[in-house]
Amino acid sequence: MFDWITFTWDMEFALEILPQLLRAAWITLQATVVGFAIAVVVGLVLALARRGPRIVSWPVTFLIEFIRSTPLLVQLYVLYFILPLYGVSLSAFVTGVIGLGLHYGAYLSEVYRAGIEHVDKGQWEAAIALNFDRRRTWTNIVLPQALPPMLPMFGNYFIVMFKETPLLSAITVVELLQTAKIIGSRTFNYVEPYTLVGLIFLALSYPAALVVNRLEARFARQRQ
Amino acid sequence: MGIDLLPTLLRGAGITIQLTLASAALALVVALIAGLGRLSPWKPIRILAGTYVEVFRGTSVLVQLFWFYFALPLFGIRLDAFAAGVLALGLNVGAYGAETVRGSILSVPRGQIEAGIALNFSAAQRMRRIVLPQAFVMMLPPFGNNLIELLKATALVSLITIPEMTFEGYSLQMTTGRTNEIFLWLLLLYFAVAYPLTLGVRAIERRVSAFLRA
Repeated sequence: MFDWITFTWDMEFALEILPQLLRAAWITLQATVVGFAIAVVVGLVLALARRGPRIVSWPVTFLIEFIRSTPLLVQLYVLYFILPLYGVSLSAFVTGVIGLGLHYGAYLSEVYRAGIEHVDKGQWEAAIALNFDRRRTWTNIVLPQALPPMLPMFGNYFIVMFKETPLLSAITVVELLQTAKIIGSRTFNYVEPYTLVGLIFLALSYPAALVVNRLEARFARQRQ
Repeated sequence: MGIDLLPTLLRGAGITIQLTLASAALALVVALIAGLGRLSPWKPIRILAGTYVEVFRGTSVLVQLFWFYFALPLFGIRLDAFAAGVLALGLNVGAYGAETVRGSILSVPRGQIEAGIALNFSAAQRMRRIVLPQAFVMMLPPFGNNLIELLKATALVSLITIPEMTFEGYSLQMTTGRTNEIFLWLLLLYFAVAYPLTLGVRAIERRVSAFLRA
């Protein structure tokens, strides 16, 4: 009953497995960065499509709501198990990154939407008055004003996504959590690997959150 | 299409809903305690609450889940999978909720507190009768969103062998190989529960913003 008293943190073991975990953290970071790059593009496409004619905007709105209302884990299973049935066989890592990208693309499309709606109506009218075509209105006037205030929200979602990457372990990607699981089942020591994984996540995401907070504060000041 | 799969999936859905409700109850209590704790006049309580919030917001919920299920037994604390799941989900969502509680309390206009002081209310009375009722209205929409996130997060506990909906779907896939139907049902069932919640939260949001403008 009191076996917790005899429990000790094995520092030697912790240091021994740390390099392996840090290498796995690199995979986790790669998945986050690539997944986020996909999400940024998918989000913009979805946000723009949602502004199109009803025949486009209606299904796109439904798609966004559907992706946001179902768990990422199930979506990953769908990609991982169903794509091969249609002859698309991708590696687990690529499947996972695409899953992350689509899921967070749906979330980011809402951020884009808010950012675009935030641009003053007068700016659109000025673009018409200056005879800008649609493409130049977007690239020279609307997006340059819409994007900077979105940055803190993008930062938030980047951190959220970083913390969701352990889900990829469920489709056999050997990232941070999966590596800890492998070490645990090999040595029967679970405390050190899982605790270290928690600490690595904390060490990376907490400073990132502080940076995002500072960005947020800066934009809040600018608006005043 | 695959109606015969439904009874198994719906049995899992029952557990998914139990998990959601149990974790939501824990999260609500923890969020109130930690949110108030972060505003406490005593520094040790502020630090304690702040550490809790940052640790649970700064790490993955899946890592927390694994830690509670696999690492905690080595400290002599043995939880069954359901308890570990509720604990991890509840504490994780509670950390996000604590920030909502803190933000809502801070957003109650200063004049309300001053009026409480002028009327000779004690600090506890001011919090209970003036600040919290007003802050509570503002907490509702974010709490609703947290509840939806929580519902989706329960899918994760399938990875620590709790037979909720995703777990049942995954096992069915392994035993029957009817991949398409199973995952389509799974997506539809989650959508059928989560989307009405989303609509409900939006309705509350509209009412709250109308209330705040009034």
